[in-house]
Amino acid sequence: MTKWRWSRRTLLAGAATGALAVGLKARTGIARSAAKLSVGFWDHWVPGANDTLTRLCRAWAEKEKVDLTIDYIPSQGNKLLLTIAAEAQARSGHDILAMNTWLPGSYAERLEPVDDVMKEVIARNGPTNPVVEYLGKPDGHWRAVPATPGSQMKGPATRFDLLKEHAGIDILAIYPPDRPADAEKAKSWTWEALLAAAEKCHKAGYPFGIGLGTTSDSVDTWGSLFHAFGARLVDEKGNIVVRSDETRAALDFAKRLAAFLPADAIAWDDGSNNRWLIAGKGALIFNPPSAWAVAKRDAPQVAEKVWHHPAPLGPKGRFGPYLPYYWAIWSFSPNKAAAKSLLLYLSSREAAEQLVAASQGYDIPGYLAFNDFKTWLEEGPPKGTLRHYPPGPDQILSIAAAPAPHKIAEQIYNQATITKMIARIVQGGDTIERAIAWAENELEGFMRG
Amino acid sequence: MAQASVVEAQVKEAAQRDRGSGLAARRARIAFLFCLPLILLVVALVIYPAFYSLYLATLNKSMTRFVGLGNFAFLFRRETFWMVVEQSIIFAVSAVIFKALIGFVLAHLLHALPPRGQRAWRGLLLVPWVIPPAMSTLVWWWMYEPSYSALNWLLMGIGFAPVPWLGDPYWARFSVILVNVWYGAPFFMIMYLAALKSVPAELYESAEIDGANAWQKLVYVTLPMLRNIIAITVLFSLIVTFANFDIVRILTAGGPRDMTHVFATYAFKLGIESNDIPLGACVSLFMFPILAVAAVFILRDVHRRSREIAGVSG
Repeated sequence: MTKWRWSRRTLLAGAATGALAVGLKARTGIARSAAKLSVGFWDHWVPGANDTLTRLCRAWAEKEKVDLTIDYIPSQGNKLLLTIAAEAQARSGHDILAMNTWLPGSYAERLEPVDDVMKEVIARNGPTNPVVEYLGKPDGHWRAVPATPGSQMKGPATRFDLLKEHAGIDILAIYPPDRPADAEKAKSWTWEALLAAAEKCHKAGYPFGIGLGTTSDSVDTWGSLFHAFGARLVDEKGNIVVRSDETRAALDFAKRLAAFLPADAIAWDDGSNNRWLIAGKGALIFNPPSAWAVAKRDAPQVAEKVWHHPAPLGPKGRFGPYLPYYWAIWSFSPNKAAAKSLLLYLSSREAAEQLVAASQGYDIPGYLAFNDFKTWLEEGPPKGTLRHYPPGPDQILSIAAAPAPHKIAEQIYNQATITKMIARIVQGGDTIERAIAWAENELEGFMRG
Repeated sequence: MAQASVVEAQVKEAAQRDRGSGLAARRARIAFLFCLPLILLVVALVIYPAFYSLYLATLNKSMTRFVGLGNFAFLFRRETFWMVVEQSIIFAVSAVIFKALIGFVLAHLLHALPPRGQRAWRGLLLVPWVIPPAMSTLVWWWMYEPSYSALNWLLMGIGFAPVPWLGDPYWARFSVILVNVWYGAPFFMIMYLAALKSVPAELYESAEIDGANAWQKLVYVTLPMLRNIIAITVLFSLIVTFANFDIVRILTAGGPRDMTHVFATYAFKLGIESNDIPLGACVSLFMFPILAVAAVFILRDVHRRSREIAGVSG
């Protein structure tokens, strides 16, 4: 039997290897055991946007000597959603996955807290916007790091020519291409003004393309209307508060507005409003600049007349729907230190600015101090169409179903309780009181623990 | 001596019997080994997920606590769930009835054609069934599309008002059933055609000699001979139609106002999109007792009928 002997040479070699490992760890700040990292990013629809993200990641991986694998997972057909669900069940898969809106809260128990990362990021970038914090910090801990790719606003994308011609509203005078919004004139851009314009444009043959379906665009738009009227379904403590004068006012307004929307708006999905605008059939939709970007390619004569600007003002304020994306680290990831290092790197202002430029201005980072990138000033035609796309000072960023506790709000949002209430009144013949009673019953169900 | 030869014969017979049973056992083992890959696949992809979904259905929303049948009790109190039950039944039963009727008529028409023309028609009529339903449903969606419906374009071209195919709940129900019938009728057609070809021509000749007209031949010869295949295709189609997902998901996603949801799409909505996997599992499991009851009745009838046929021929 061979007996192991510690020779002087063996001891010296061991000591040298140990010293090198400690030195490398100190230099890179990550554990050497985590020399591999697997990431699943959201597959950006803007051509070339993924390339910039890949380039940034590769630069980090080279510097940190990490073997990095990147997958781009599309959200079409719920591919990303299904991947997340499958990895959560299997407790295996990527180290980092992109998650949108409600998912960091949904999977909070299975995600690595990133309070340490966010402490450093916020110290560097300043505070996040309130929606990012509401969704990313569902239980008092940051469960994911705000991601730039995919984060978006859903304000109006307006045909400024049609709105001026048929409704007499000069949206460019309120939100000019070369300077900040005219605060005084912006006070006239209210939901009542939108309703009057909707009626006039409907008469002129260009109805506003606001969907009443159950997908995100519809839910976000009507959710911001509810917030603007002060209507909430469930408060932050989890009490059902849908039976209120504010809800009645919001539903009454929605009923009046729905009369001037396309007859089939109830069956619309997230692509319907885009097609509506691109085909030149309507004067206004609520959407990020994706419809405009497609129009630039397919219908340039439409694209050059589209203007992105904040949502109207309601009795309780001007609420702009904001939908953030996040990067989350699974609690079962064996490479957490490397994952945190990458997310820290991608959260820098420089990285965010490059990512916004690569998305042609579609992405809006979740940090309030990042709303001044020059991409939004330069994109066009028409030049300046994205100048007022990032949230301005008079906007309150919101997400439908807030401020309900996360697990309840998620159900309200995903099951489109708000738009179904409106659809029951508009199409189903329910009274406002009956729709509220139906919603109360649904909300009781969402309270299930 | 005679006694010795009898014993010898008995021993030989016993040895032959042993050899026979040994051969049978070996053949059974080989057969089992051949079936093993399929058995393993069924266990991995059907039995295990079925038991896993049973387990999931007994957990609370965040899957941290056992709640027994609490999720089922919760579902029974939901207005929307009962609407989904009603819709699933309307969707599956009406679609299967129409598929069976259309398949039956088409099979007879094809059967009456000369063999040369029959092959071409058979191929053409099978096309809806061989195209992946997700793809063909996308084409249907384009025809129904709320703003740019190709069907409405045609209707308006001939002076009719456009139809809200997917915007009105009742039209939407009709639309999803129509696509399911279009997709599934060729399956019935091919099964009934195969069955028609196996009906002995002598039966029709005898009926004709007895003075039976076409209707009587259909009622007293064709239908009894096709009864088993009709029962089995109906059962099979009922199971597949109840579990349908892609058609409803692509055309309406359950809307408007949840009025076209079927079990599978509602389970997906709750389980995956709303991240309530236990409740989604409950909804999908609810199909099981309904289909089990249907299967028991239909298979019992098939079994009785088979015994009758065996008794007659015996």
